[in-house]
Amino acid sequence: MRRSFMKSAIVLAAGLATLSSPLTSAVEYAEKEELKFGFIKLTDMAPLAVAYEKGFFEDEGLYVTLEAQANWKVLLDRVIDGQLDGAHMLAGQPLGATIGFGTKADIITAFSMDLNGNAITVSNDIWSQMKEYVPKDASGKPIHPIKADALKPVIDKYKAAGKPFNMGMVFPVSTHNYELRYWLAAGGINPGYYAPEKGDTSGQISADALLSVTPPPQMPSTMEAGTIYGYCVGEPWNQQAVFKGIGVPVITDYEIWKNNPEKVFGVSKAWAEKNPITHKKVVKAMIRAAEWLDANNNANRPEAVKILSKPNYVGADYDVIANSMTGTFEYEKGNKRSVPDFNVFFRYNATYPYYSDAIWYLTQMRRWGQISEAKSDDWYMDIAKQVYRPDIYAEAAKELIKEGKLKAKDFPDFATETGFKPPQTEFIDGITYDGSKPNAYLEKFKIGLKTGDKL
Amino acid sequence: MNIALSNLNLSKIAWLEPLVNIAKGEDVSGSLKTIIKSVGIPLAGILVFLMIWQGAASNINTSLGQFPGPGEVYTQSKGLIAEHIAERNKADAFYERQEVRNKARVEQDPNYVPKIRDYTGKPTYIDQIGTSLVTVLTGFVLASMLAIPLGIVIGLSANLYSAFNPIIQIFKPVSPLAWLPIVTMVVSAVYVSDDPMVPKSFVTSMITVMLCCLWPTVINTAVGVASIPKDLVNVSQVLSLNYFEHVRKIVIPASIPMVFTGLRLSLSIAWMVLIAAEMLAQNPGLGKFVWDEFQNGSSDSLGRIMVAVITIGLIGFLLDRLMLTLQRYVSWDKAATLR
Repeated sequence: MRRSFMKSAIVLAAGLATLSSPLTSAVEYAEKEELKFGFIKLTDMAPLAVAYEKGFFEDEGLYVTLEAQANWKVLLDRVIDGQLDGAHMLAGQPLGATIGFGTKADIITAFSMDLNGNAITVSNDIWSQMKEYVPKDASGKPIHPIKADALKPVIDKYKAAGKPFNMGMVFPVSTHNYELRYWLAAGGINPGYYAPEKGDTSGQISADALLSVTPPPQMPSTMEAGTIYGYCVGEPWNQQAVFKGIGVPVITDYEIWKNNPEKVFGVSKAWAEKNPITHKKVVKAMIRAAEWLDANNNANRPEAVKILSKPNYVGADYDVIANSMTGTFEYEKGNKRSVPDFNVFFRYNATYPYYSDAIWYLTQMRRWGQISEAKSDDWYMDIAKQVYRPDIYAEAAKELIKEGKLKAKDFPDFATETGFKPPQTEFIDGITYDGSKPNAYLEKFKIGLKTGDKL
Repeated sequence: MNIALSNLNLSKIAWLEPLVNIAKGEDVSGSLKTIIKSVGIPLAGILVFLMIWQGAASNINTSLGQFPGPGEVYTQSKGLIAEHIAERNKADAFYERQEVRNKARVEQDPNYVPKIRDYTGKPTYIDQIGTSLVTVLTGFVLASMLAIPLGIVIGLSANLYSAFNPIIQIFKPVSPLAWLPIVTMVVSAVYVSDDPMVPKSFVTSMITVMLCCLWPTVINTAVGVASIPKDLVNVSQVLSLNYFEHVRKIVIPASIPMVFTGLRLSLSIAWMVLIAAEMLAQNPGLGKFVWDEFQNGSSDSLGRIMVAVITIGLIGFLLDRLMLTLQRYVSWDKAATLR
C-alpha cells in the first residue's frame, strides 16, 4: 500500500515536472537504443541486473541485453572492439588500458559501481597452519582483522621447503590484485614486482607469494584442486568456499581499506563520444539502480539477491549470495559477523567517479612496477582526468534531480566537488592516503617501488 | 479395416509391423513376442541403468551437493520448462511496454518510425536447443557442400587422390579445441561489419563444426566414387558421356550409399564438436548452457547439467536416426542391412 502510494507520488511528481518544463524543449532520445553490456558473474554487477529487471533502462528508452563474459580479458577486448557497448569493469581496467599496461585502448568511466565487496580466502589446510599465529581473544576466538603477519611463518615454511606458495587473483590490474598485495605487504610478505619494460608481466619478481590469474567463478574449484592455496575475489566466491567447506575467508577488503572503490562501468572513449546522450541515459538508469539497492537501509537487498541468483546473472544459490549482500559475512563456518557495509552501492557517494580513487589505483600500479618509471604528480592527475569523467556523471545526476527521481542531497555538491576525497586514514597498515600527493604516498611503503627505483 | 490398413501399407514401417499384425489378427503370439523383444528388453535395460544411476548418485558427494539422480534430473527438467514459459510471458510484457513507448514517441515526434526490437531477456533452455540445432545444421550443410564435390573430384582421379590424401589424413584427427582459437581470430579479423547479420560467436562455432566434420564425407565419397563397378564406367564410355554427364548420371547415383555413410559419420561428429565449440566460443546453445551452469556452481547446477547431457544424447540419437532413414530412402540396395 505504502509502496503504491509512493509510486503514485513519483508519477505525479514526474508529471508535474513535464508540465512545468517548456513544451518547446524536445525530449531527448538515445543515439543508440539497442545496447549490449557485459558483466562477470559477481554480486557487484547488481546495478546492471537491477537497472534491467526494474525497468530503469527501459525508462530511458534503452533496450539493453546483459551478457556474462568468460573472464576480464575477454570482457575488455570485446568492449575495445565494439562487440559490447559497455561493461562492468575492474577499476584498474580503464586506467591500465589508457596507460597501455596490457591492451592499449582509451576506456573511460563515468560511474563507479560499488564500494568494498571482496575478501581473501585461504584453503582449510593453510588456515589450520596459520591459525596458531593469529592473535586470539579471551574465549579463544581469532581477533579480526587478521593480518598477513600470521601467514608469513607459513610462507616461510613453504619457502624453506622449496615449495612455491601460489595464490590467485582475478586480473593483473584488478582491485583484488592490489588488495591482496596490500594485505601481504602490510604483513611483510613480498608479493612480487612486474617489469613490463623487460617483457615480464607475470608480477613474480622477488616474490614470496606467487600471484597468478584465475577467473572469479573458478576460484573455489581451482583452490579445491590444490593449484592455489588462497585467493582474493569478489562475492559470492568467498562465501561459496565456506558453503562448500573448502576454505576460510580471513579478511574482507573493508578491513584492508574501509570503503574502498571497486568496480566501474567502463565504455570506450570513441563510443562515448559518438553516443553522448545514450551514455548519459545509461548512467542515469544505473544511478537509480544503485540507489534502489541501498534504499531504506538495504531493504531491497533480499529482492536483489533473488534477481542475482538467477542462472543468467550470478547464478549461485540464494543463501550464498544473501550472506554478503544482506550485510553479514561468514568467516570460518559458523563465525558469521555483521558487516553492514560489505557491499555499498550508493551510500557515501559510492557511484561518483572520484579522481582520488583513480590515482590510488595508479599509485599501486607504480608501487608494483606495472608503471615502470616514476611519474610526476601532474601525470597522475592527467591520467585520472582522462579516464574518470565526473562531468558526465554530474549531468546525469542533475537530470534525475530535475525529473524528481532523486534529490540533490543524494549527491555530492557538484558546484564545489573537486573530485578528491579528504586524506583517508582507514587502511590496515595505518598509512594515510592523500590523492593529491601520489609520490609522497608511495614513499611511505616499506615494500614497493619508490621514485628512484627501476627493476 | 484390413483393407484400409494394407492400403496404408503400415506394415512397411518396420516397428509398426507386429502391431499391424495383431490388429489384423495374424500371428498374434508371434507378434507379441516380437513386441516384447523389441520394446521390453530395451525398456528393462533402461530401468536397470536408472537403478544403477540412482544407487551410484546417492554415494557421490561433490562440493555442490549430492550427485543428481534420475528424480532430481526430472525435477530440474520440469523447472527448465517452467522457466521457459515464464520467460515467454516476460517477453510478451516487454513487447507490450515497447509498443506503448513507441506510440508515446510517435505522438511526440511524428517523423519517428517505430521500431520493434527483439526481446532482450535471456535465452531459455529450449531456445538454446534451437540455436544449437541451427548451428550444427548450418555447419553440417556447408561442410557437405564442400565435401561431396571434393570427394567426387578426388575419387575420379587416382592422382588427385594421392595428392590430397596426406592433407586429409593430417587434418582429420585435429580436435575442435585446436581449431577454435585460430578460427576465432580469423573470424574476428575477416568478419567485420557494423550491423552483422549473425553474431561472430555463431560464425566461429559454425566454421569449427564445419572444419571438423568435413573429413568423413570427403573420404567416404572418394572411396565410393573410386569403387564404382567397372561395368558402369564402361557403359558411360560406350555412351561417350562428357565429364559432367558422367558424374551426374553414373557417379552420383552409384556412390550415394557411401556418400550417406560419410554424411552420417559427419553429422554425429558435428554434433559432438558443436558442444565443445559452444563452450569455448561462448556461442549461445547447449554447450554454453553446460558451461554457464558449471560456472554458477549452485546446488541445482549438476542436475541441470545432467538434463543437458541427456538432451544432447537424445538429439544426437535422433539426428542419427534421421540420417539413417534418409540413407535407407536413397540407397538403391534395399537389402543391405544398415545399423
